Amino acid sequence: MSDKPLTQPEPIEIGAYTAGWHDAGAKYSFRAEPGLDENVVRQMSEMKNEPKWMLDFRLRSLKHFQERPMPWWGGKIDVDFDSIYYYLKPEGQSSRSWDDVPDEMKQTFERLGIPEAERQSLAGVGAQYDSESVYHNLKAEWEEAGVKFLDMDTGLREHEDIVREHFGTVIPPEDNKFSALNSAVWSGGSFVYVPKGVNVDIPLQAYFRINADKAGQFERTLIIADEGAFVHYIEGCTAPTWTSDSLHSAVVEIIARPGSRIRYSTVQNWSNSVYNLVTKRAVAMEGATVEWLDGNIGSQLTMKYPSVMLVGEGARGEVMSIAYAQDGQHQDTGAKMVHVAPGTTSRIIAKSISKGLGRSTYRGLVRIHSGARGAKSSVDCDALLLDRNSRTDTYPYIEVDEDSASVGHEARVSKVSEQQMFYLMQRGIAESEALALIVNGFIEPITKQLPLEYAVELNRLIELEMEGSVG
Amino acid sequence: MAIHTCNLQLESMLKITNLSAKVDGQQILKGVNLEVAAGEIHAIMGPNGSGKSTLAKVLAGDETYEVTGGSVSFQGQDLLQQEPHERSRNGLFMAFQYPVEISGVTIANFLRTALNARRESPMSAMEFYGLLQDKLKELKLDDSWSTRYLNDGFSGGEKKKNEILQMMLLEPQLCVLDETDSGLDVDALKIVSEGVNRMRSPERSIVIVTHYQRLLEYINPDYCHVMLDGRLVRSAPGIELARNIDDQGYELIREQANA
Repeated sequence: MSDKPLTQPEPIEIGAYTAGWHDAGAKYSFRAEPGLDENVVRQMSEMKNEPKWMLDFRLRSLKHFQERPMPWWGGKIDVDFDSIYYYLKPEGQSSRSWDDVPDEMKQTFERLGIPEAERQSLAGVGAQYDSESVYHNLKAEWEEAGVKFLDMDTGLREHEDIVREHFGTVIPPEDNKFSALNSAVWSGGSFVYVPKGVNVDIPLQAYFRINADKAGQFERTLIIADEGAFVHYIEGCTAPTWTSDSLHSAVVEIIARPGSRIRYSTVQNWSNSVYNLVTKRAVAMEGATVEWLDGNIGSQLTMKYPSVMLVGEGARGEVMSIAYAQDGQHQDTGAKMVHVAPGTTSRIIAKSISKGLGRSTYRGLVRIHSGARGAKSSVDCDALLLDRNSRTDTYPYIEVDEDSASVGHEARVSKVSEQQMFYLMQRGIAESEALALIVNGFIEPITKQLPLEYAVELNRLIELEMEGSVG
Repeated sequence: MAIHTCNLQLESMLKITNLSAKVDGQQILKGVNLEVAAGEIHAIMGPNGSGKSTLAKVLAGDETYEVTGGSVSFQGQDLLQQEPHERSRNGLFMAFQYPVEISGVTIANFLRTALNARRESPMSAMEFYGLLQDKLKELKLDDSWSTRYLNDGFSGGEKKKNEILQMMLLEPQLCVLDETDSGLDVDALKIVSEGVNRMRSPERSIVIVTHYQRLLEYINPDYCHVMLDGRLVRSAPGIELARNIDDQGYELIREQANA
């Protein structure tokens, strides 16, 4: 008998947000004035003791952010940029031991189950609290293998040459308004380097927590897998529920060198007061594979379209995306695949669930350049509507300039039927649980691909989600 | 019209009194009376549109049907006041005529959820899989059955076997089989009827709604009833009534009922 059901995550309880508490005792050693200008950027860079080229990079980015208009498409971005705190430095230094993390923060991460997950199933863990990393540790065996897993600020200090060579090359500041913003005020995030042929067979995880009201979090991540290497990086996010808005605007750059494979998994569970405007992009070289697994459960508005630039022959890109939009949420998510080299393949599987007045949008682009001979791409989007007023939209853009390429696209919208609900309830399953079961079934094609380690983490988040919402 | 007088020594499992119900503004049930004692098997036959499936769904609590009168007592409690999932947890099981497909939900996951929904503390995974394997074996189903998605892409016969599997696993006190025999070939019919027979016990009652007497030959009901135009118009002990209908059709009974 297959043991598949044993490793399946328990049903997602579609209840109230349960990571919405905040730590009132948090201490900050520095808090920039709200609002953004050149002074804030200079102050940050100076406090971080950065090289001049980084300051210049920040200033160039700031200028572009200020000049660039808001995107005309996507969701309604109603952020008061002047009231956001762009740099909130918690007390203490980034540490390699939980014992050195200040108690309040440690309790926060304990409550979120991070140290436990680290002990059980992870190769390394990073934890960021508002603007700065407070914990970063890699198990010794991986360190001995030459793997680097540092917070980005430390990465810049200790490996300036590597950072300088790659930083902003996959996603330049000028890419979009929010990549410019991140480039101007980035702080924290992860720097990952996996040497040639090293197979990091259990995941690395970074956990991002926004704690303060009106906080901006702008982590910056750079992941490089050298030839033939493998790494799975997992990112988790939560925040308290505040009445005023917070802003999370990350940039994640991934470089997959020939023959390497990188998997990047996110479970984003920001509270409803967070705008989540993120740019994630990978470059896949010859024979390399990049997989994005992107789960969006939280936030007020998410705009995020993980991308893979397939620049080397035979490179492969995959995005599996799950979006869940409840009342007051808009998940504007999708994927981009750009085929430049011959024999490249890509696959996008996007599943969205809209509940109540929630709105989900699939927005995707497949572009096949002339010369990408024999490129293949398939796009599959499924939307599930739970209520009469739920909303979903699909914007699949496909641009093909190569005759020998093949692109397939399928889109479906379905509703939970009363007959399905009655059937499950006739077996003793209560209404909310029946709905959760149907929703879990809908996303099962994606969740069944998760390794056990990931299921452990997902379970943890789901348990948090259920806490206090089970009547 | 008291159709069936049960042995007073047996505890009443189900007592339906003057039940009427409608759907889409149309009156389907027009005063059904039926009493089923613990341990008994009752068959309800009737032509298409007579209301026999409606009766099954009303008992299970399908909200498409509106109860317009009468009462139903199940193990001494008012059944009509209970939510569908409460009825199930209290021991009422309906095998669906048209089982619903739910993609992505494995049979094992579904059954474990359903089983644990009626238990105070959840059954361990090991214990559950042992139990499930036993039941699969009894129904001559392969182990891989449990990893299939619920009714997704199942043939008619597979869906019906799946209903019996659920019934055997959940061990209800009252089983209502809504035309479980329709669309089954002889082999499947045997497997299904063997499953039903194995469920037979002094503490359990079974109500079989059916079109044909075929299934009943394998099961030997204690009573047969005939439903016409929303009422139970005839009943008799044993299988004789079903055989008569198979020979003569419903016309004779209709004439007698109208006389």
